[in-house]
Amino acid sequence: MATYQEFIQQNEDRDGVRFSWNFWPSSRLEATRLVVPVSCLFTPLKERPDLPPVQYEPVLCSRANCKAVLNPLCQVDFRAKIWACNFCFQRNPFPPSYAGISEVNQPAELMPQFSTIEYIVQHGPPTPLIFLYVVDTCLEEEDLQALKESLQMSLSLLPPNALVGLITFGRMVQVHELSCEGIAKSYVFRGTKDLSSKQIQEMLGLTNSAPLGQQGRPLVPQDAAAFCRFLQPVHRVDMNLTDLLGELQRDPWPVPQGKRPLRSTGVALSVAVGLLEGSFPNTGARVMLFIGGPPTQGPGMVVGDELKTPIRSWHDIQKDNARHLKKATKYYEALANRSAVNGHSIDIYACALDQSGLLEMKCLSTLTGGHIVMGDSFNTSLFKQTFQRVFSKDYNGDFRMAFGGVLEVKEMGVGGTNQWKVCSLTPSTTLGIYFEVVNQHNAPIPQGGRGAVQFVTQYQHSNTQRRIRVTTIARNWADAQTQIQHIESSFDQEAAAVLMARLGVFRAESEEGPDVLRWLDRQLIRLCQKFGQFNKDDPASFRLSESLSLYPQFMFHLRRSPFLQVFNNSPDESSYYRHHFVRQDLTQSLIMIQPILYSYSFHGPPEPVLLDSSSILPDRILLMDTFFQLVIYHGETISQWRKAGYQKMAEYENFKQLLQAPLDDAQELLHARFPMPRYIDTEHGGSQARFLLSKVNPSQTHNSLYTWGQETGSPILTDDVSLQVFMDHLKKLAVSSST
Amino acid sequence: MSQQGYVAAPPYSQAQPGMGGYQGGFGTGPAQPLYGHYGGPPQAFTTPPAGMLKSPASSAAGMPPPPVSSQYSPNVQQNGAHPQRYPSPPAVYGQPTQSPYNSMASRGPPPSQQLTNEMSALNLGNYGPGPMQSPPPPISSVAHQPFQTPPPPAMGQPQMLPGSQSLNMSPQMSSSQSPQASMSMTSPQMPGPPMAGVGRPFPGPPPPGPGGFQQPGPPGYPQQAGQFGGHMAGPQPGMPGAFPGAPGSLAGPPQKKLDPDSIPSITQVIEDDQAKQGGQVLTTNIRGQVPPLVTTDFTVQDQGNASPRFIRCTTYCLPCTADLGKQCQVPLASIIKPFASLPKNETPLYVVSHGDTGPIRCNRCKAYMCPYMRFIDGGRRYQCGFCSCVNEVPVFYFQHLDHMGRRVDLYERPELSLGSYEFVATLDYCKNNKPPNPPAYIFMIDVSYNNIKSGLVKLICEELKTLLEKLPRYTQEDVGFVTYNKVLHFYNVKSALAQPQMMVVSDTAEMFVPLLDGFLVNYQDSRAVIYNLLDQIPDMFADTNESETIFAPVIQAGVEAFKAAECSGKLFIFHSSMPTAEAPGKLKNRDDKKLVNTEKEKILFQPQKGVYEQLSKDCVAQGCCVDLFLFPSQYVDLATMADVPSHTGGSIYKYSNFQVETDGEHFLRDLRKDVQKSIGFDAVMRVRTSTGFRATDFFGAIHMNNTTDIEMAAVDCDKAVTVEFKHDDTLNEENGAFLQCALLYTTINGQRRLRIHNLSLNCSSQLLELYKSCETDSLINFFAKSAYRAILNQPLKNVREILVNQTAHMLACYRKNCASPSAASQLILPDAMKVFPVYMNSLMKTAPMLGSTELSTDDRAHQRLSVMAMGVEDTQLLLYPRLLPLHNMDVSSDILPAPVRCSEERLTDCGMFLLENGHSMFLWLGQAIPPDLIQSIFNVPSLAHLQGDMCALPELDNVLSKKVRSIISGLLDKRPNSMKLQIVRQKDKPEMLFRQFLVEDKGLYSGASYMDFLCYVHREIRQLLT
Repeated sequence: MATYQEFIQQNEDRDGVRFSWNFWPSSRLEATRLVVPVSCLFTPLKERPDLPPVQYEPVLCSRANCKAVLNPLCQVDFRAKIWACNFCFQRNPFPPSYAGISEVNQPAELMPQFSTIEYIVQHGPPTPLIFLYVVDTCLEEEDLQALKESLQMSLSLLPPNALVGLITFGRMVQVHELSCEGIAKSYVFRGTKDLSSKQIQEMLGLTNSAPLGQQGRPLVPQDAAAFCRFLQPVHRVDMNLTDLLGELQRDPWPVPQGKRPLRSTGVALSVAVGLLEGSFPNTGARVMLFIGGPPTQGPGMVVGDELKTPIRSWHDIQKDNARHLKKATKYYEALANRSAVNGHSIDIYACALDQSGLLEMKCLSTLTGGHIVMGDSFNTSLFKQTFQRVFSKDYNGDFRMAFGGVLEVKEMGVGGTNQWKVCSLTPSTTLGIYFEVVNQHNAPIPQGGRGAVQFVTQYQHSNTQRRIRVTTIARNWADAQTQIQHIESSFDQEAAAVLMARLGVFRAESEEGPDVLRWLDRQLIRLCQKFGQFNKDDPASFRLSESLSLYPQFMFHLRRSPFLQVFNNSPDESSYYRHHFVRQDLTQSLIMIQPILYSYSFHGPPEPVLLDSSSILPDRILLMDTFFQLVIYHGETISQWRKAGYQKMAEYENFKQLLQAPLDDAQELLHARFPMPRYIDTEHGGSQARFLLSKVNPSQTHNSLYTWGQETGSPILTDDVSLQVFMDHLKKLAVSSST
Repeated sequence: MSQQGYVAAPPYSQAQPGMGGYQGGFGTGPAQPLYGHYGGPPQAFTTPPAGMLKSPASSAAGMPPPPVSSQYSPNVQQNGAHPQRYPSPPAVYGQPTQSPYNSMASRGPPPSQQLTNEMSALNLGNYGPGPMQSPPPPISSVAHQPFQTPPPPAMGQPQMLPGSQSLNMSPQMSSSQSPQASMSMTSPQMPGPPMAGVGRPFPGPPPPGPGGFQQPGPPGYPQQAGQFGGHMAGPQPGMPGAFPGAPGSLAGPPQKKLDPDSIPSITQVIEDDQAKQGGQVLTTNIRGQVPPLVTTDFTVQDQGNASPRFIRCTTYCLPCTADLGKQCQVPLASIIKPFASLPKNETPLYVVSHGDTGPIRCNRCKAYMCPYMRFIDGGRRYQCGFCSCVNEVPVFYFQHLDHMGRRVDLYERPELSLGSYEFVATLDYCKNNKPPNPPAYIFMIDVSYNNIKSGLVKLICEELKTLLEKLPRYTQEDVGFVTYNKVLHFYNVKSALAQPQMMVVSDTAEMFVPLLDGFLVNYQDSRAVIYNLLDQIPDMFADTNESETIFAPVIQAGVEAFKAAECSGKLFIFHSSMPTAEAPGKLKNRDDKKLVNTEKEKILFQPQKGVYEQLSKDCVAQGCCVDLFLFPSQYVDLATMADVPSHTGGSIYKYSNFQVETDGEHFLRDLRKDVQKSIGFDAVMRVRTSTGFRATDFFGAIHMNNTTDIEMAAVDCDKAVTVEFKHDDTLNEENGAFLQCALLYTTINGQRRLRIHNLSLNCSSQLLELYKSCETDSLINFFAKSAYRAILNQPLKNVREILVNQTAHMLACYRKNCASPSAASQLILPDAMKVFPVYMNSLMKTAPMLGSTELSTDDRAHQRLSVMAMGVEDTQLLLYPRLLPLHNMDVSSDILPAPVRCSEERLTDCGMFLLENGHSMFLWLGQAIPPDLIQSIFNVPSLAHLQGDMCALPELDNVLSKKVRSIISGLLDKRPNSMKLQIVRQKDKPEMLFRQFLVEDKGLYSGASYMDFLCYVHREIRQLLT
């Protein structure tokens, strides 16, 4: 029998699903007692090169409130050509096209290896992808130039039939008409006036000839092109648009001394959303917002144009001093919701040294499945490559993006259907789904029964096909009274850590930081109390089983992570980190919680080492991956050698190789990562070394005298507790009889 | 002026008797009351009145002359002696009082000997008043006047009533020389007795028609004669002989019907004035000097009073008291055209700088340094002529006084010696204390379906290419372009661009300017891009089917653009239809013919309040002038649409049912004229007066935020402001009255300047003086504007009644107080006002004043608004069109053929006439016009071959054709607006259009003929008198 590890891995590979518990408690009460909720991380569009989509429509359960899709778990009566829905037990006849089925001639969806299956459905004509660039022109010349080049480059990456549009903004908002010959035309909006979607469409002249929009029926692309002058097929306006971008000037309105440029981001987005809403509802579309600073006027304003008033900090927010925060957030949320309803996603590419209002605007992306990319300048490889990667293609040459996704979850024994709209999905988009067991304690599910969950994801593939991916999962129910050890051993601590972290981050959005930490601590303690083995009031006796052993450590690092700690982070940075944390898959999420540290030395091949200050040694090169940053750290000795130039001497070829090794590894990581991490090359004593020092477990600090002077690592100057101290406290609390 | 025309009310019949009357009249001393001093003579005169009437011309004419002569002599003598002495009346008028300026000289001349010199001055000087006013009218009147006025104390002989001209209804008419002559003859007789000795006694004094008659005697007279024109000449020579004959003739002719030639004729008055004062130099060194008519060619030499081109007054002699003013009901008003263009031979205004501290001003009333400041205390202080406050002379400005008490540098400083000049304004006079930017011009073209279809857009775009070259150099530096239908398109035409860029603004609710850099550009630098744009605009919208337009947001956009560029400027809006698109200022059709002739008719003239009202304010605040070119095919609610232009010093042009072929050239001429007008921007004008009276009401394309500051976004050379004055206190005859009009504005090249016009007027406690100093053209300008304003608030009927009543009252007052007693049946008109009734009648027949459903509401509103900004020349021409006979002119001469009276009777079947009133131009062709005439003008064999809608004459190589075309183009050049030439054939349907301009005839839609009106007025007068 495979270990749980193998089972979990296999499940993840096949279905993109990881449950916190792989045995499910059979009643609600039991479920709550498990502390970590029954939940899963689900990657709806996990890349499955080995999974060819089938070219027909799924068969649905005929019960109106069920509509579950036929799956391998259904009981089939081949003779009667009837199948029983495993969710509602409805017996359904097969459709006529299934007349030929038999035990030996089964459709793919009944085969166990197709617990995940993808259907291609033909619903009307394919709709083109839509890319609407919304570009801030209040940029430094150099930045604008770089951005223009990136945008021009991106045109070549788009499929020829994709529709593109361009909105630029500064003090005013300009919607560029792309279809025209001769004079370049644009529609201009005042940057200070909030307009309704209807007004925007009227002002753009979209109302007269807009018969669409009803019933969300997508348009025929030819019609669409003819109809909307602002969104045109790339192949047709390629040259025009390239020229237009080339001629794009910085916002011409003068910026007086001591002022910020007037940036009408709010109105620009409103126009973008309104434009798409009016012309292409329920069609896959991406609004790509490029900003070089915070919105400074009009609705959605984050900070005024007076430079002497700095943009809000966490301090201001905690003191309730952020004047525009609530209003702006509300404004962007409303926009995000409208956008989501229509299946349009919004990306934010914010490149500025100071904050640019991501805190207020992040909802645009989080609610619509858009990307957020944050950098210092558009003229950095971080931005350029990340942006390029947005358009990366999969093994089939299709974009790694999907639009207009709708995820449905059908759960055995619940009968309820839950739907979420995820406007844009990438293969790595991973959702955390939390279940509730609704069975009452006194009516337990029969032992040995299996619970089933079906995920139905409808989406528009980047090649414009409509597809439905169905994943059906089953897990055994277990009585928590009698089978607690089964349940315990079915615990997926990695998934659980990520899921709990997501809950924590979710809470952190609305609650004070310390409250979240306390809640997290309490959950941890309760979990330890539930599953730890110990004698009351004897911390030393505390033990955790293997399936839970790493969990407390994850929690320790989570507590220190930027997802929950705002110290030293701006509100924008926090938003950015959290945004990515809640959408990456399990592996990436874990890296974010607990960065990976590799050590390179002459002593052997590179090895992962503890994320601990004791790992920082003079003769090592360390490579730390926090997801957002890649830090290469040269130990003191290595650094001296390097400065001395040994690597350039033929006789020290090996040193040169040693220096090169982490660089190569880093390159590899860089290539796979989205968004591009910040790449930091530093050394002992270097200012940038702080990135490493802030992450490692401060096992040695200026306070821990007992290690002082030993050559076993670098003390960290911090008051943070070390993992050791944390564990000690945890044990004490867990075994304490008073709690 | 003393002339009085006697017009018998029942005229026609009485005419004959009149004759007799005259004589009698002479005998009696009508003037007595007034001229009491004069003594006996007057009495004699008085008598005449009664009977005179009869055939007008003759009788009238006849009578006056003699008297004149007699008077003259007296006058002369007096003059020579002491002008003042003169009959008090005359004195008042003119010279006497003027003491300072008038300089003896002027008077002097009048006196007997130098009649010649006086020619011009005469009027002024002698009878002062009299002459000015044009004696012309009824010759007969002349005669009478003398009687009435008789004043010439010295002489003892009868004097004419100075101011008044009375007509016999018929008499005057100078039209036909011969008759007049006879007239004069008669008069002589009458006067004869009294004046005999003198010869022309009476005639002389009162410019009365006598002019002609008088001439013989007093040198001065001749001039007067001039006014009458040919007549004069004729008579004079004949005078002597004539007299005798005259009577006879008079008697003979007596007819039953009043001869139209016998009632005062405008053409005659004009001709006479031209003959008398044409080509002369008018030296403005005399207080209360009455200038020549607006139609007369003369040259002005500024010697301390503003040229009449800048300021004209309804009267140059104010009544001393408010009561007196009320009694005569003659409105006191000035028509100020601060930017009037000057002929080449007159000196442009000097610019004076008083350094960093700005122009020197009176500390109390803030009047600017001017010739009316009196330097005292050895030149260390000066007393303000307006408020009498004594001010210190700033050190840098100090200058010694000469033995006359005048500053030594008097003639080196324009502000001390001239009536008009400019000051350089300092930063204190600038908005925000920053020097202004040069004004900008923005062209805003309606590109909705109508304008595209009519070909207008293409036409404009083509024209703009050359037009821009013609812009004043400085405005070429800031030009911008906007097109619009129900959204606006701004264009970025920055010189660096390869292609213009269009920026569409559809947020019409809150207009804004989408770009700064590249919108207002230097034409020279951006020429290539602008040409590119102008080439593309017609194509870009060629397929448009957008027929809805906006309007208020278009103007708002212009204002915002100027705001952003921190400058003032002008918007040229080329618009087609009523703005019905959903936007601020949206209008609906509220044209309701049912309202015509009801209490509510005024609604048709009232602009819609709200958006446009506020817009006007915004425009004026920013110095944004709006010129509106309208191309409507139906009702557009012009009253509202033109509200902004008419409050911002803009012009309104309207081309109904515009077609490129027929109206294109007409429109382009207007446009070219318009852009080249000299103009000042962001202007504030203030009219200050000396103590005793003040400006109370203002008419024009202006905006008033308070009761004194006249704000104008711009003011060009054709815009005039009419200012009404009221008494505050008693005026002093000796001191006279002063006006100072100060206009603060920004020049076309962005300099801030103050333009100052000063004018001094006389004051008198004698009404006669007032009547003598009246100017009919100015009066009618005032009446037109006040009536046109009144119709906003009152039913037309009331307004018309008021006009007639006031006319009657003014004349009755004259009759009662200034004219010699005469039979009630006689109509006696002051000489200076003798053609007033024609104009008044014409005014009441203008479209706005006529409650006729046949007239388009927009046209009525258009005319109403256009008139509000007109100067005296324009209203004169509008109310009395020029009718030129072209069929019998001397093609070799450079002179225009003499205009004939605007009456159908003057047309002949075989004739060809050109009629123009500054807005319309007709070439009328008689039915029996000789084919060779047609051939040489139109190059077609006969009238029947003529094509219907021709808008220009073919260019043919023959003298007649050349002459006609040169006349037409000459007129077009001269007028502020271009006119569309319409060719009408007698008896053709379009002739109706033409006919409505024959203002002496019965109106087409209603309205009395001149004759009927005169009778009506006379009846009113009689009622008032009884």
